[in-house]
Amino acid sequence: MRFELVSPERRLASVDDARAVRIPGADGDLTAMADHAPTITSLRPGILTVEGPNGEESYAVTGGFAEIGAGVIVLAERARHVDDVTQELFDDWVAEAHRAHSEAPEDGVDSAAKLLADMVAMGGHIGLNSNQANL
Amino acid sequence: MPSLKDLKNRIASVKSTRKITKAMQMVAAAKLRRAQDAAEAARPYTERFNAVMGQLAASAGGSDTAPRLLTGTGADQTHLLVVMTAERGLCGGFNANIAKLAKQRADKLVAEGKTVKIITVGKKGRESMRRNYGQYFVDHVDLTEVKRIGYGDASAIAADVLKRFEAGEFDVATIFFSKFNTVISQDPTAQQIVPVKFDAPEEGAGASNLYDYEPGEEALLADLLPRAVATQIFAALLENGASEQGARMSAMDSATRNAGEMIDKLTIEFNRSRQAVITNELIEIISGAEAL
Repeated sequence: MRFELVSPERRLASVDDARAVRIPGADGDLTAMADHAPTITSLRPGILTVEGPNGEESYAVTGGFAEIGAGVIVLAERARHVDDVTQELFDDWVAEAHRAHSEAPEDGVDSAAKLLADMVAMGGHIGLNSNQANL
Repeated sequence: MPSLKDLKNRIASVKSTRKITKAMQMVAAAKLRRAQDAAEAARPYTERFNAVMGQLAASAGGSDTAPRLLTGTGADQTHLLVVMTAERGLCGGFNANIAKLAKQRADKLVAEGKTVKIITVGKKGRESMRRNYGQYFVDHVDLTEVKRIGYGDASAIAADVLKRFEAGEFDVATIFFSKFNTVISQDPTAQQIVPVKFDAPEEGAGASNLYDYEPGEEALLADLLPRAVATQIFAALLENGASEQGARMSAMDSATRNAGEMIDKLTIEFNRSRQAVITNELIEIISGAEAL
């Protein structure tokens, strides 16, 4: 199964024979394997993991969607290999989520809060702590 | 007739001008390659994104509850023009062409009795539009400090545009930028971004109906449409970046050539007048000798 991870600025990963892809979907995690029903799901901030022939690779992704068809194509607004996510970068992301939350209009507060919580949880997964987690 | 000294000075000054334009051309060539690479690297994302959005919009856009970003406000009264130009000049007609297209559009809209608002991105377009269109300016985005256009810059512009849309400040938004064809040809282009327009899905792409959407089609649309605006702005900024360098490269190329021609002409004039001086001196010596 083909897997591609694309961010606006470049193509991060392209694997021809991925066995499974674990995707942080907006409605919950899902694992796509070959012959998965065609699905388009939006992403929440989280860790995307690909099981390829050379072992597992994990990426931190946020914003965008995954298209599961003949292969899996993930378009993420921001995507980094987990090893490349530094505390500094993560702090930036969290700060931005905070800003979005504080500026969110009445009917968007819930989703902004969820975004922030997801962002913080993502940091927890890769061992980065968020100083502003006390939401 | 200018003296020999004057001519010498002029030749020296044109020569140093040629050196500068030559250097600028080479810098632009290097930057052009980088800008083209950036545009190339962004293409898979933009293409895929627009394709999926096209399908999604076609299948969900018809309903009454579809997001306003897709269907529009139903009015066509207030237009927002986002004019994207360069921060620097010396790039031929690049900035002027974009500004001209935007001015024509603004004139047309005003003549139709519509309200026009303008956001400028890049200092050069702002300067050239300030005199006659200054009263329409609502905002300016400064990219002077930005060395490499990133997605973040585009999404900041998009966020600003969307905030104004939510606040009901305009009905239709259009971006003006220059499409990069080749080094010598760039097309100033106007593209509507709000309400968002997508190319219709290709014929035979009917398989799209088989997709499951998570969360539902409309929630997905609402989540992705703002990103689609940012994506289109990002693509336009990258095209603009490549166009600017291409235009600068060809402008500097012809400037270099012109300087070369001028040097040739001045050198001929210089040699002629030097010869005239020599001839004059000889005549004076000879006639002085004859008079004795």
